[in-house]
Amino acid sequence: MKRVLIALVGLLLIGSNIQLWAQAANWKDIPIPPLPVFHPVQPKRIALPNGMVIFLQEDHELPLIDGFARIRGGGRAVPASKEGLIDIYGEVWRTGGTKSQTGDQLDDYLEQRAAHVETGGGIDSTTISWSCLKGDLDDVFKVFQELLQNPEFRADKIQIAKKGMYDGISRRNDDPAGIAAREAAKLAYGANNPYARVPEYAAVAAVTRQDLAEWHHTYVHPNNIILGVVGDFDSAAMEARLRQAFTAWAKGPIVKDPEIVFTTSKPGNYLVEKTDVNQSNIYLVGLGTTRKDPDYYAISVFNEAFGGGFSSRLFSDIRTTKGLAYSVGGGIGTGWDRRGMLRLVMSTKSETTGEAIQALDEEISDLTKKPITDEEIKRAKDAILNSFIFRFDSPGKVLQEKMLYEFYGYPLGFLENYQKEIEKVTKEDVARVAAKYMHRDQMPVLVVGNPAEFDKTFFSLGPANKIDITIPAPPPGMMGEQGGPQ
Amino acid sequence: MTFRRVLFVALFCCSSVAFSQDMASFEKRITTRKLANGLTVIICERPEAPVFSFFTHVDAGSVQDPMAKTGLAHMFEHMAFKGTDKIGTRDYAGEKAALAKIEIAYAAYLAERDKLVNRDEAKLKQLEKAWKDAIAEADKFSAPYNNEFGKIVESEGGEGMNANTNHDETNYYYSFPINRLELWAYLESERFLHPVMRQFYKERNVVIEERRMRTDSNPIGRLLEQFTSASFAAHPYHRPTIGWMWDLNSFSATDAQNFFDRYYIAPNIVLTVVGDVKASQAMPIIEKYFSRLPARATPDEATTTEPPQKSERRVVLREQSQPIYIEGYHRPDYHSPDDAVYDAITDLMSNGRTSRLYRALVRDKQIASDSAGFSGLPGTKYPHLFAFYAVPIPGHKPEEMADAIHAEIDRLKKEDISDEELKMIKTRAKAGLLRSLGSNEGLAFNLAIFQARYDDWRELFRSVDRIDKVTKADVRRISNQIFVPDNRTVGMIEFAGGPPGPGAPPQGGAQ
Repeated sequence: MKRVLIALVGLLLIGSNIQLWAQAANWKDIPIPPLPVFHPVQPKRIALPNGMVIFLQEDHELPLIDGFARIRGGGRAVPASKEGLIDIYGEVWRTGGTKSQTGDQLDDYLEQRAAHVETGGGIDSTTISWSCLKGDLDDVFKVFQELLQNPEFRADKIQIAKKGMYDGISRRNDDPAGIAAREAAKLAYGANNPYARVPEYAAVAAVTRQDLAEWHHTYVHPNNIILGVVGDFDSAAMEARLRQAFTAWAKGPIVKDPEIVFTTSKPGNYLVEKTDVNQSNIYLVGLGTTRKDPDYYAISVFNEAFGGGFSSRLFSDIRTTKGLAYSVGGGIGTGWDRRGMLRLVMSTKSETTGEAIQALDEEISDLTKKPITDEEIKRAKDAILNSFIFRFDSPGKVLQEKMLYEFYGYPLGFLENYQKEIEKVTKEDVARVAAKYMHRDQMPVLVVGNPAEFDKTFFSLGPANKIDITIPAPPPGMMGEQGGPQ
Repeated sequence: MTFRRVLFVALFCCSSVAFSQDMASFEKRITTRKLANGLTVIICERPEAPVFSFFTHVDAGSVQDPMAKTGLAHMFEHMAFKGTDKIGTRDYAGEKAALAKIEIAYAAYLAERDKLVNRDEAKLKQLEKAWKDAIAEADKFSAPYNNEFGKIVESEGGEGMNANTNHDETNYYYSFPINRLELWAYLESERFLHPVMRQFYKERNVVIEERRMRTDSNPIGRLLEQFTSASFAAHPYHRPTIGWMWDLNSFSATDAQNFFDRYYIAPNIVLTVVGDVKASQAMPIIEKYFSRLPARATPDEATTTEPPQKSERRVVLREQSQPIYIEGYHRPDYHSPDDAVYDAITDLMSNGRTSRLYRALVRDKQIASDSAGFSGLPGTKYPHLFAFYAVPIPGHKPEEMADAIHAEIDRLKKEDISDEELKMIKTRAKAGLLRSLGSNEGLAFNLAIFQARYDDWRELFRSVDRIDKVTKADVRRISNQIFVPDNRTVGMIEFAGGPPGPGAPPQGGAQ
């Protein structure tokens, strides 16, 4: 992270307090002067005629220049039969090289300049970025542009990427926390929802070089791209460079994201048996909402009070008072452009699995029996508002925020508005969203653990639906020479 | 593994000049003061935004855990979030008396529990009940004020509040808006002036859950614990920082208080503050609050030195999970004049897609999904391990990882590394430093660590100069000296079948 030196309006607090230096006996006696007014530098937004949107953010602290492009379209548009395509694409886009240079040649070329150009595949977008010393911008930007427009997806690198994917699949049942996160998403969203789906051997094997090239051809158009650049450059010169590089690039067709269906599983207990652990991973799940929902602000306050940090109910009751967990938390999830996951999450020793579920149940029922108090609301709002400055305390963070809003179609002033909306949240708002979303009788409960060690309480909570996490075998003939499971 | 490329200064021949300038510019922004009690304060002015980050480095880690009380350093770290005599209690005088009763009851319970002969189970039950009743009494004073210390930090806008303990040290850190500088100085000094061992035995259960999560229920956690404990016969590096389960179920609040009294002394603490501060204004505030920590003598350090290893050791875990391979070689501590040579070898073997291990195991042989070599296991303050690991892809066994890693080690021993490689190592070192200078949190961390280790933060910059002096001959010399079979401990997970019965993973290529 590099930041520009920002000239501050006025000088600070500390000097003016010299007369108050009598040592405080109570923290409440310590004066807290107003925070100086701070106006972070805003990036310049440029819209090219072909639809590409560019943000330029100067930051002259260190002699570095970083660029980051986000491209619409990601894993949620991949058919289930090719789940994993976007991960392979995200890797081979870079390792497969360009028309003129192999990926290995790029590695050496960039390394000599100690620069990097990297690509990635995500659920709703793909990314390509560069990072270089400012003196190397010409050389490195050339590689960035070449990869963006003319990647080659060489077959040898597809094979390496696939082997990495097979490795990940083979290991996905090794770590109980990983199993729990994966299976909880399936329960909350539905097993076929792209936010829950995971790659299988057959789907990965089915991905072809042509799939990668077609993906690129379909999605990588200027009107699908948001590019942000931050670092030690002059905006006018950078703008001229980018206009020259991209203005002639023709617009592409608009690609629609598919409709996604969110279907939470039936309530009840679900069990993944794992016999080599002495601790259970527990999830209670449901559906949250989006940040465009007017409930978002009340939800933010609720989440802070209910399952956020040290101050939250879950932490205080389940960890501090009961000593049942090291890791505990939860809240109502809010996605940018799709519903988030509602979850209560904890891990506890096998012998207190049932007790822990009951403790979480009690937290939910307490939301109506002992609604979140004025004091809790105040603390939650203070925590959000007083730490607000950390959302934009560097030019890089400001740039990232603006790119997010641009990508998901939010007003660019979303953050400023957020602060005002949080201030307005009342106790009634928080009680209302708690009542609207937290329905224990609708939540599936997932336990990943070792039932031979569970407490009797667990078995008194009703039958447990066993989830089979056996990894489907690869299709016959798919593998090469040797055989035999590892 | 992500392949994050580091950046470097463009012209190799000019880069050291650039860095001297950097150090000079930091000289102007950094103020160091050793307080009368021995505590070191560093303030670095970085007026980017009206915020600051701090880092408190305490020169005591799990190596200092007393015998049969492993995990105590880490346990105290948890207790440092439990408040003070003024924060977290309804009535401290009453609470103090109640806490003392817990200790008496617990000692009686332990004495009965640990009897080798004639343990009276009925009496043990009674004693356990008495201990738990005493806990319930003391909780009445603190329960309404659960986590008040953390609540104050959070509601005042604290960001990223956390701490960590390792074998060598314990660290505490977060960031605040700049108008809370004095509040921070109060909170952070009070925390180490008047810590209270309240809710100790419940927090111990929390730590036990942490152990279950990190080690007992995680195959890689199990491997690393077994591997590290096998690697050190004499030095306390063989003990896990999280603590052995028996010890976690045994040590007391009194033990934690004693640990604090012995090791949390002003000369053991380095404090850095980085952000929108003026040293001329901030230093007096910091001095006022932290000068209150008593000046006590540093404890005698009677740590043994690990004797030379005379034979290869092997640890094989037969698990339901997929295989992993790791091997470690003993090397000297970070004060070794060859420290930079090990850094150079780490970079050459492990850094990115041009690294030797990536190219050999992942790209060319296609037997692993990841492989690297690195120093610092489990710490750096005492002689420790240089370790290599590889993650075999389906169809490949740990033994193949060993062979492939050894082939790369043999190259290090027999052939000089190339001019291009040596140049790349040196430029990447400079780049890595450059990158670490751009955030309050990163600077606070780096300045504290280097000040604590070398008693001079400038060593952060000089570490790059030391790498600049590394020669090809150094790399061969160290490789031949250190990477030998008798100096090696091998650890691996072998897949032994059993649930959840994965389908046969594919073997070889899928084309």
